[in-house]
Amino acid sequence: MKKLLFALLLAPLAAFASSELALDQAPDKSNDMAALQHGAQVFVNYCLGCHGASYMRYNRLKDLALSDAQIKDNLLFTADKVGEPMRIAMQRADAKQWFGAAPPDLTVIARARASEAGSGADWLYTYLRTFYRDDSRPTGWNNVVFANVGMPHVLWELQGDQVMGADHKLQLAKPGKLKPEEYDAVVADLVAYLQYMGEPMAQFRKQLGIIVLIFLAVLFVFAYALKREYWKDVH
Amino acid sequence: MNNKMKNLLDWVDARFPMTSLWKEHLSEYYAPKNFNFWYFFGSLALLVLVMQIVTGIMLTMHFKPDASLNGAGVPVAFASVEYIMRDVPWGWLIRYMHSTGASAFFIVVYLHMFRGMLYGSYRNPRELIWIFGVLIFLCLMAEAFFGYLLPWGQMSYWGAQVIVNLFSAIPLIGPDLSVWIRGDYVVGDATLNRFFSFHVIAVPLALLGLVVAHILALHEVGSNNPDGVEIKKNKDANGIPLDGIPFHPYYTVKDIVGVVVFLMVFSAILFFKPEAGGYFLEYNNFFPADPLQTPPHIAPVWYFTPYYSMLRANTVNFFWIDAKVWGVIFMGLGVLVFFFLPWLDKSPVKSIRYRGPLYKGALAIFVVTFFILGYLGMLPPTAGRTLVAQIGTIIYFAFFALMPIYTKLDKCKPEPERVTG
Repeated sequence: MKKLLFALLLAPLAAFASSELALDQAPDKSNDMAALQHGAQVFVNYCLGCHGASYMRYNRLKDLALSDAQIKDNLLFTADKVGEPMRIAMQRADAKQWFGAAPPDLTVIARARASEAGSGADWLYTYLRTFYRDDSRPTGWNNVVFANVGMPHVLWELQGDQVMGADHKLQLAKPGKLKPEEYDAVVADLVAYLQYMGEPMAQFRKQLGIIVLIFLAVLFVFAYALKREYWKDVH
Repeated sequence: MNNKMKNLLDWVDARFPMTSLWKEHLSEYYAPKNFNFWYFFGSLALLVLVMQIVTGIMLTMHFKPDASLNGAGVPVAFASVEYIMRDVPWGWLIRYMHSTGASAFFIVVYLHMFRGMLYGSYRNPRELIWIFGVLIFLCLMAEAFFGYLLPWGQMSYWGAQVIVNLFSAIPLIGPDLSVWIRGDYVVGDATLNRFFSFHVIAVPLALLGLVVAHILALHEVGSNNPDGVEIKKNKDANGIPLDGIPFHPYYTVKDIVGVVVFLMVFSAILFFKPEAGGYFLEYNNFFPADPLQTPPHIAPVWYFTPYYSMLRANTVNFFWIDAKVWGVIFMGLGVLVFFFLPWLDKSPVKSIRYRGPLYKGALAIFVVTFFILGYLGMLPPTAGRTLVAQIGTIIYFAFFALMPIYTKLDKCKPEPERVTG
């Protein structure tokens, strides 16, 4: 009986074999203001042409230690007022015709891309570093994480051209403006920003959580003492 | 109490049974003095219910059940949830309380039901309490199912699509029935609006009524306890059970401790892991619903997965009836079978403390099976997993079907006359 139970317990575990692609771990820059600001800049310059972030208001970037004036002067390209969300001018119908699918809104992309394989940041960090030349695709680009992706390699200037080698490993065929380590750092900043944008209150949430738990711990002491006091006479 | 207060109270009592209600249900409701850890989950379920209603009312103020696309090409319902998360002051907290509360509700209710099975709380004379409880469980499942569609993410959409499509497997009326439920040929705006209506009005009303009935029935017969003996058999000269203590203040102060511990666990998840690793908030649900793109793997939220496993375990067209129909029947029976528990259990004792090895073993196997089915329900099916799920489904139902036999054969210990510590 025990053996059967044991076998039953283990059977599903044995059946669970992940065929997911291994993701590179994104560096944690969630508390690095300079990196987040730089990430916002990269996002606005390279992504916001096609991808909106329609739940994210420009003035929310004050979270990243930026002033309204700084936001207005450096980041506000697609709206008139800092209170407006990060929308794009491109029509969805046009976008669909050009790319095969309208580019998705990126506000919560870092949350949506999480899976058992890794966090959403890991997925994005790997994705943005694994574009390679593929002449069979309409854009001339393909991707290791997102096969036959509709998006061309927007950061190509920075990274350069990668090609898929015969050993199924990527090689840098033509260097870009940045050295590979520098490119990785830029992507890490961008991903940190995307992660921030997915849940801007995340840092505050964790800080508040500590206070709430301390409060409850103190409350527990009093609640327990009260219970002890009342229950003294129950035998 | 000063005179004016007393006069006011007398005035009310002459018109409404306030003092007598207070006495009957709290200060002179005598509960057994030996409640243990497992007895926290009833009051915690009530706490979570209140929390879900209050946070739900607040969410309803900003949520928009609208499947049409906004200017940015995102469904309005999905965007309104993100609006709550970002632009509504403290909206993120309210929303996370509600989403974490949904899973907490099932955790608490599953543990509450397990307590009933440990100590035979469903046995005579508490059959009706149990039946009301199973009805609450059914309502809770409906409530969770309707509510899960509302954020209008990919899993919301396709989960609802899969479950509503099940009804189309019913012979003759199936296809029409599924259209009637959806209000459309696919899950769409009509479905979203009616699910919203059910989620915020119809089911909560039924739920509240059933909770009142559950508690009234409990207070009529009195609570069971970990020894499974009736405290009303031994009363003092005033008619007060010797092993009973007034619910208030004894269990109110004890439950406050339980509430604080529960809130600590709840807050730890809410503030540090609100997605709970994809179990409480599925990652794929952060993609807005797209009727043209079926996700590669559609999994329900964890609390439905044991029953989802039973659904998928049916792969044979027995008696020329579609396997899908059998799946629906087994999934439904898996929940409904709990109704019959009071009459399936033939044991002379109630509590696990005095039961023999047969029931203890059966209950242990049942719990392990429930977890395995739940785990399998989250994974994409393979031949091996389906086989395990089929064996699990058989064990699940065997626990109930064979209960009259093994509870009768079991070697029980004699029950004590009075409760033990």
